[in-house]
Amino acid sequence: MSEGAGLVGIVLVSHSGPVAESVAELAVGLAGGGFTAPVAAAGGTPDGGLGTSSELIAEAARTVDRGAGVALLVDLGSAVLTVKALIAEGDELPEGARLVDAPFVEGAVAAVVSASAGAELAAVATAAGEAYGYRKE
Amino acid sequence: MSGTALDAAFFVRWMTVSSAAVDREADHLTELDSAIGDADHGSNMQRGFAAVAKVLETEPPATPGAVLIAAGRQLISTVGGASGPLYGTLLRRSGKALGEASEVTADQLREGLRAGVDAVAQLGGSAPGDKTMLDALYPAVEALAGASGSFDAAADAAQKGALATVPLQARKGRASYLGERSVGHQDPGATSSALLFAALAEAAK
Repeated sequence: MSEGAGLVGIVLVSHSGPVAESVAELAVGLAGGGFTAPVAAAGGTPDGGLGTSSELIAEAARTVDRGAGVALLVDLGSAVLTVKALIAEGDELPEGARLVDAPFVEGAVAAVVSASAGAELAAVATAAGEAYGYRKE
Repeated sequence: MSGTALDAAFFVRWMTVSSAAVDREADHLTELDSAIGDADHGSNMQRGFAAVAKVLETEPPATPGAVLIAAGRQLISTVGGASGPLYGTLLRRSGKALGEASEVTADQLREGLRAGVDAVAQLGGSAPGDKTMLDALYPAVEALAGASGSFDAAADAAQKGALATVPLQARKGRASYLGERSVGHQDPGATSSALLFAALAEAAK
C-alpha cells in the first residue's frame, strides 16, 4: 500500500504556481506534526505562467488519489471553470474526484486537517465549506 | 447549407476554418480583452484552436460527435484561461449530443449545439444579457431554428449578438469587477463565438 492509503487526497488549484504551492505548505504546516493526507499543488500553466492547466490538475489528482476520493479546492475564474468542466464532461480525473466549494486558503487548511484525521470525502468537503462561516469583522 | 453533408469531414472543416479565423482575429480579440479583461483572449484562443486543428489533421475522428469531443478536449487542455473550459464544454457537450452517427441532420446539429450552449450557461452560471459569449451563442442557435434555419442566418445573428454586448454591463468574470466601466466595450467572448458561427457558415459553402 502506498503512503496515505485510505485518506482523502487534496488538490489545490490556483492561477499561480507559487500561490498553490504556498497554500499547500501552509495547510500541511498547520495540520500539525506527524502524518498528513496527501496534498498536491496545481497552479499556473506548465510553462510557469499565470492560468489554469487541466493537465497539471489531472496529474496532481492522480498523485494524491489513494482510493478514498480527491477533494479539489480552487481559487477563481478559470480554475473554478476548468475543474467544473473536467468533472462534468471529462474522464481525466480519478473516480471520486470532487470540487469543494470553499474559500481557498482557509478551506485548504480545514480540508488537510480533516483529511489527515481520516475524515471521508463528504466530511472533508463540509469542513472546508464551513470556513465560509468564519467572519472577519 | 442544403446539399452539404454534415459528416465528420464537414466538422473537421468547421474546426479548421475556425482555427484560421481565430488566428486571423487574434490581435482584435486581445485588444477587446485588454479593455475589460486580462488581454489574453486572442492568444489563448489562437493556441487552443491551433492545437485543435493539429490533432484533427493528424488523427481525424470518424464521426461528427467524435470530432467535436476531440476538439473540446484540446481546448480544455491547451487554452489556459476561462475560455478553455467554456468552449471545451460547448464542443464536448454538443459532440456528445450528436451521438455515434456518421452523418447528422441540420436539426440534430441545432439541438446538439443547443445542449452545448445550455451546458456553457450552466458551467458559467450565466444568462443572456450578462455580456458573455452566451449573447452571441443563444441568438445563433435560435436563428438555426428560425424560418430560413440557415448557417448564414446563424452567423449573422451571432455577429449581431456580439455587437449588442457593447452597451451591456458585465455581470460575469473579471470584467464584472469593472462595474459600469465595462459598458461601451464589445465582449471578447461573444466576439470569438461569432467567429465560430461565421466559420460554420463558411465551412458549409
